[in-house]
Amino acid sequence: MAIATTEPLRGYPEAFFELDSRALRQPAWLRELRERGFARFRDVGFPTTRNEDWRFTNVNAIAQTAFQPAPAQSVTFAALEPFLIPGAACHLVFVNGQYAARLSRIAGLPAGVEAGSLGEAIQNNRKPAESHLGRYLNVERDAFCALNTALLEDGGYVYLPRRADVEAPICLLFVSLPGTIPSMAHPRTLIVAEDEAQASIVEQYISLGAGEVFFSNSATELVAGEGAVVSHYLVERQDRNAFKISTLRSEQARSANVTSHSILLGGALVRNNVHPVLAGEGSECLINGLFIAAGKQHIDNYMLVEHARPHSSSRQFYNGILDGHSRGVFHGRIIVHKDAQKTDAKQTNRNLLLSDDAQIDTKPQLEIYADDVKCTHGATIGQVEENALFYLRSRGISEGAARRLLLLAFANECLERMKCPVMRAYLEGVIQAWLPATSTGAPPEAGEIERRWEEAG
Amino acid sequence: MSMLEIKNLHAKINNHFILKGVDLVVNAGEVHSIMGPNGSGKSTLAQVLARRETYEITAGEVLFGGKDLLSMKPEEVACEGLFMAFQYPIEIPGISNAYFLRAALNAIRKFRGEEELDAMDFLPLLKDKMRLLDMDERFLNRAVNEGFSGGEKKRNEIVQMAVLEPRLAILDETDSGLDIDALRIVAKGVNLMRRPDRGILLVTHYQRLLNYIVPDFVHVLVDGKIVKSGGPELALELEEKGYGWAEPEAATAIR
Repeated sequence: MAIATTEPLRGYPEAFFELDSRALRQPAWLRELRERGFARFRDVGFPTTRNEDWRFTNVNAIAQTAFQPAPAQSVTFAALEPFLIPGAACHLVFVNGQYAARLSRIAGLPAGVEAGSLGEAIQNNRKPAESHLGRYLNVERDAFCALNTALLEDGGYVYLPRRADVEAPICLLFVSLPGTIPSMAHPRTLIVAEDEAQASIVEQYISLGAGEVFFSNSATELVAGEGAVVSHYLVERQDRNAFKISTLRSEQARSANVTSHSILLGGALVRNNVHPVLAGEGSECLINGLFIAAGKQHIDNYMLVEHARPHSSSRQFYNGILDGHSRGVFHGRIIVHKDAQKTDAKQTNRNLLLSDDAQIDTKPQLEIYADDVKCTHGATIGQVEENALFYLRSRGISEGAARRLLLLAFANECLERMKCPVMRAYLEGVIQAWLPATSTGAPPEAGEIERRWEEAG
Repeated sequence: MSMLEIKNLHAKINNHFILKGVDLVVNAGEVHSIMGPNGSGKSTLAQVLARRETYEITAGEVLFGGKDLLSMKPEEVACEGLFMAFQYPIEIPGISNAYFLRAALNAIRKFRGEEELDAMDFLPLLKDKMRLLDMDERFLNRAVNEGFSGGEKKRNEIVQMAVLEPRLAILDETDSGLDIDALRIVAKGVNLMRRPDRGILLVTHYQRLLNYIVPDFVHVLVDGKIVKSGGPELALELEEKGYGWAEPEAATAIR
């Protein structure tokens, strides 16, 4: 494959070929997949704001930075402890995108359930990896997905056999270690739930230590077989210098029920794509999200729900809290294909702006090609309600505490949609600890890199 | 020293003068009722006392336990022991009744220098008070007032009052919109709160509530002023003759 290295691609071709030489034993199907991803990325490069899907988010800061693949490194188990989820079924730890067996705790999973490294699953010729990996993620539509595929090396692998039932959440912890130079990781995760399997899977992204900007571009494919019930949680808690692009692509068979919960708190520039395809009759999905931004954070939520077969239903509830000079985006696209009669789709985006300088762009987009469907959408943008504030204060609660309580109430609407008590309890704690920093209006950490991103953007 | 002393209180909202010189004294142990036609300023008086900041005070003075009430914030006046039951209680989705009330009680306890209560100590207390008001325990974990019926909201106000145990309780038209059963329950809750060291101010449009909570004093508020004061019999007289009966007298009284 002949590649002309061009300026806008920075170090990506080198990263691609370097990985090629290292991963000598990669199977032919994987090489082909990666080459397709790389070719696509090379052809289109990073999106610009002229692309309708990226109208509100300028990724120039990512395109202009020369990132090096983050080196394999280790951390102490003690450093991870604050991020471990009490009551989890297991913890898989990935440092700079690489699976860290030494830090992971995977004992106690039911027989037949596999949870571990995707790289190892490929090495070990695990059948589900070959039959599903890359089949759903659209590298043609999205340059970041193409890039993730081109640099695919490791990430999470979860396999749930037919009728497996894992009650406690399977937790994947992705640790970014910012280095002395800008570095990047492209973790790829595959979740396969066979017919009637049930589980909750958590992807949590964190940073440890300080350093140069870190670019994490993750992509997850989630396959839900007939009647499977899968909840996916994304928890973004990286530092305020991080660039984070994440994509969840789920494929749902007949009567499968997939829930996507996104809690986005950290990062400088964050884009979260959630793309369920309701490919089976009677399948259901719930997309539930909460984003809280302050300082100069930019958080973009891009939803693309595709109804492909009849009688499927989707619900989107997304709440945003924006303070300081932060900017939020909610782009809710629903496509109802010709065959998808009796689709029932609903979308709600509610936003609270806590400062005059915060900004939100919310954009519903319905494309309906069937004639017997029910689709509704709604968006609100407002401030903390004065009547509610007075009510709380009249009961003795100070103004600051009352404001915080109302923000917590707004966030709770999102937590209440989570069925897994372990995750609800964990995230309630995370959000409570997060809010005070937000409601003061001042970012807890405003780094130099954050400023540079502003200038570049 | 009186518990509450209102002297020549004037208040306006958006250049609309509503209170035009209210004078009132409430002592500990007394139940006062303020009655008046719509738009007379009854609710404004209640809200001003609870320190709603949308009203501008243009003249007058209010002493609560000897302290200058008009310089206090809503949370300060609440911590000092004033409670207003809202005419239209606010719905707050996402916060449970129990969580909200414990936060409120602990804020007040902290102000008084008392130890805060944890959930284990608080829940039995709250359940006790809810039983008094015939409220089902499932309301504990429901969001504050969300989806409550009108009567449930009003009862919830009285539960809050019972938990927070104020020195002065103001009920802003708590009776309006209540059916007779709900009214009886609310009245029972208020009567249980009557104590020698507590003052109660009932703001109401109708005499009906006063059949169940018999006040010591009744005041008639017309056009931002108290035009007539008397005992419980005044309420009956008003019921019979209507507010029109008090109004012309007010006009004479001014001259």
